[in-house]
Amino acid sequence: MLIKLTGGTVYDPASGIDGQAKTLYVQDGRFVKRPADDVKIDKEYDLKGKVVMAGAIDMHTHIGGGKGNIARMLIPEDHRNDPVHRSDITRSGCGHAMPSSFTTGYRYAEMGYTAGFEPAILPINARQAHMEMADIPILDKGGYVMLGSDDYLLRMLTAKKDQKAINDYVAWTMNAAKAIGVKVVNPGGINAFKFNQRQLDLDEKNSHYQVTPREILQVLATAVKEIGVKHPLHVHGCNLGVPGNVETTLDTMQGIGGLPMHLTHIQFHSYGTEGDFKFSSGGAAIAESINKHKNITADVGQILFGQTITASGDNMRQHANHGFANPNKWVCMDIECDAGCGVVPFKYRDQNFVNALQWAIGLEIFLLVDDPWRVFLTTDHPNGAPFTTYPHLIRLLMDKSFRNDMLATIHPEAQKMTTLASIDREYSLQEIAILTRAGAAKLVGLEDRGSLAEGAWADITVYTEDADREKMFEKPDYVFKDGELVVVDGKVVHTKWGTTHIVRPDWDISVEKDLQKYFDRFMTMKVGNFKISDDEITEDGRGSLTTHGLNGVT
Amino acid sequence: MTEITEVPSPFCGIGTDDLSIQVDGLDVKVIENGCAVNTPAFEQAVTDTSARVDGKDVSLEVAVAQAAELLRASNQPVIGGCATDVNGMRGVMALADRSGAVVDNMNFTGARRNFLALQDTGWMNTTLAEIKNRCDYFLVVGVDLEAFSPRFFERYLWNEESMFLTDTSQREVVYIGKAPSGEASTSPAGGKAKILPCADADLPEVMAVLRALVKGKKIVAENICGIAVSDLQAVAEQLKAAKYGVVTWAAGTLNFDHAELTVQMLSEMVKDINTMDTRCSGFPLGGKDGDQTANQVCGWISAYPARARFSSGFPEYDPFLYDSNVMLANGEADALVWVQAFNAAAVPPQTELPTVVVARSGMTFAKEPDVFIPVGTPGIDHAGHAYRLDNVVAIRLKKLRDSGLPSTADVLNAIEQAL
Ligand SMILES: [Zn+2]
Repeated sequence: MLIKLTGGTVYDPASGIDGQAKTLYVQDGRFVKRPADDVKIDKEYDLKGKVVMAGAIDMHTHIGGGKGNIARMLIPEDHRNDPVHRSDITRSGCGHAMPSSFTTGYRYAEMGYTAGFEPAILPINARQAHMEMADIPILDKGGYVMLGSDDYLLRMLTAKKDQKAINDYVAWTMNAAKAIGVKVVNPGGINAFKFNQRQLDLDEKNSHYQVTPREILQVLATAVKEIGVKHPLHVHGCNLGVPGNVETTLDTMQGIGGLPMHLTHIQFHSYGTEGDFKFSSGGAAIAESINKHKNITADVGQILFGQTITASGDNMRQHANHGFANPNKWVCMDIECDAGCGVVPFKYRDQNFVNALQWAIGLEIFLLVDDPWRVFLTTDHPNGAPFTTYPHLIRLLMDKSFRNDMLATIHPEAQKMTTLASIDREYSLQEIAILTRAGAAKLVGLEDRGSLAEGAWADITVYTEDADREKMFEKPDYVFKDGELVVVDGKVVHTKWGTTHIVRPDWDISVEKDLQKYFDRFMTMKVGNFKISDDEITEDGRGSLTTHGLNGVT
Repeated sequence: MTEITEVPSPFCGIGTDDLSIQVDGLDVKVIENGCAVNTPAFEQAVTDTSARVDGKDVSLEVAVAQAAELLRASNQPVIGGCATDVNGMRGVMALADRSGAVVDNMNFTGARRNFLALQDTGWMNTTLAEIKNRCDYFLVVGVDLEAFSPRFFERYLWNEESMFLTDTSQREVVYIGKAPSGEASTSPAGGKAKILPCADADLPEVMAVLRALVKGKKIVAENICGIAVSDLQAVAEQLKAAKYGVVTWAAGTLNFDHAELTVQMLSEMVKDINTMDTRCSGFPLGGKDGDQTANQVCGWISAYPARARFSSGFPEYDPFLYDSNVMLANGEADALVWVQAFNAAAVPPQTELPTVVVARSGMTFAKEPDVFIPVGTPGIDHAGHAYRLDNVVAIRLKKLRDSGLPSTADVLNAIEQAL
């Protein structure tokens, strides 16, 4: 089937195309050259005057894995407000804060997204993450495997194993868990919580292992680079949510010494201690540091007002924050000498000083980071807000007067504590396309995605220009996934199954000997049963694996 | 004849995966690391290989068509049992969505005690490897643990080595409520569990007093339901002195009214202890008959645990109204689909309604169901996935033999397609 998409206004930062009229051709799921004049076009879409971008990619969204399912179980009352009917082509489910898997796929697609990446896959829970994501239709998916609080790594550090051994372990774990990146959450802190430590600053030692978060970040960032993984170490830093954590975050950026590092939901790590409430914005300082350190990327983790639920691997910080649970119920778990999780429902309120300032801090960071290729649009779904708020967030970034109208409604003391009103920047369509498409694909290390160039997979979103950017982005005219039309006028018209993106870095076979001993002595399953095989993803006939390339390994 | 090692079990709930199994044609023999739960479950013979309609052997296609016919004529079917692997449960969910059925896992009325506590206040829990390596004080409430899970102590408390305890045999084990039926809880060094026996129905009172003592409240009585308050005081002090205490219970064995309040009481006590400068965790026991699998899969596909109704065209959750036994008894259902791929002894509830049984080969019935389709057992006849009791770990089940039996997913998907 040869499809012609005629005359749309194309925003494709990956190809350097910024709002030019262009006709695209799609065959067998990919973009192709303009065919000869005598070749029959099977289907033509007239896109004159429409905005055309690649399908959007959410590089950090909690869509698969145990803590998300705990979140679902915890708040049935939230689901009851948003039941989703089945139709002839779609399955039933529930929406809002933590939607069911099918609803997640439909609603992402209906906003023009065609891929999402689960950022916190515990190695021991990786099967569940992949099984849940296997029930998310339309989207491509993948995930980052969590290390840094696992006893195996900390034992290696205490035993002063060399970097090569750590590289092998990281590469082995990525293969075993079918990951495309590596994440660290509160480095060593989840582990320290099991020894009853309640906080762990960058240079504070784990009381048992005598290892610091700084050391963990250093060896993991080095490992990720040396085994050639394109996605930089994905870091949820120390002291999430703690007033004054801006200093720790600046130190984290500075301290990594030029290694590639991605700081996630950085808004939650950008707090000062000034003012009457001893809570202030570190947004400007964080943005300045990102601007200066070219090795650093960040996603924002914007909060938006309303009910949501927070689900994190960081049970140390989630436990510390359980007093804010709204409604008042919460779950913390220690998990398998691997990590942990904490699930706390949350209601962000615009008349609450702290929440209001959190909202402003996120926007400050978006607007003060100069390079759109190094900042990414997230709410850390569902932690800052459900992903369905993205069109609203895009409007806040693109429309200064709308932003200032919103600013005028939040807690008055918070208004005084932010420079937001003085920031004139408005994101352009091209910049939005960088944040949500080209930049995200590059950061995750995806080949042939996030672009409209010949040879790329034809994930496409078509919008109608509208000065109200929220309206524009919440209801695309068309969405194509792998060249198949899946959404028309913001509604799913056809479903299919996306692929799972992974990498397969090399590792020395000898690493498994030690791991086998460790599993036999201390774990609760055999190492052979721990590793996820390819057929677990593909045997149902719907799933597939797409293996991406690595950087040249030295 | 072949021998297969490192075989994971979907039957015991604790995810043992060190079984060695000999396979000879259709005969399966556990030759290493069996137990009273796993060995008979693996070794049960394949008897039925043919589907039946009205008691007569028919082809799978005919049985599937007849099952679809019965569902088409139904306004409110219920899918009970729901004891199968992840793919089987996906099949249950698709069929329920299509036919407007109620999905109800057979252990839900027990598990409800946990869900009600979870959905009201939450909890702080842990998993098996943390127990194995960290737990120094183990409190068992209202369950005979070794009957529930014969190898629990051997694998997770009396393990030879642990990362953070110098001598695992020094762990303390205390029972409140039911006393253990054997000696599994006696440590290799000979240390016996402390037992504070009381009737199940007295657990609400005993746990309330224990929590009060943990919080430092004065108790005037000297004796609570036959247990000396001084003994409970000692437990409270030990829980607070422990570095990593664990409190375990089995919702299914708390057979008294409003047992969810007892689950809540001990879960809140665990939370309290975590604010007293030490760590403590809860550990709910379960994982049998695919119950965790059912709740997990129903959880991600519908957002609710495995007692949900789809007849409105979207999932609705009610832990009381959609109890399939109550619905059958009250005439609120008009057809039953019973799914049980693990246990041939777990037969469907008695009913006069049209009944489709998709179950392990060898199930026998007091009253022949309208349609019976024998299916393979996950982890024996086909590969699959099942959740362990701690809800985090899904084990990869192996295919051990070629029985030719279809999987639960094959059958349910075929019925769904036929609709
Ligand atoms: Zn996150």
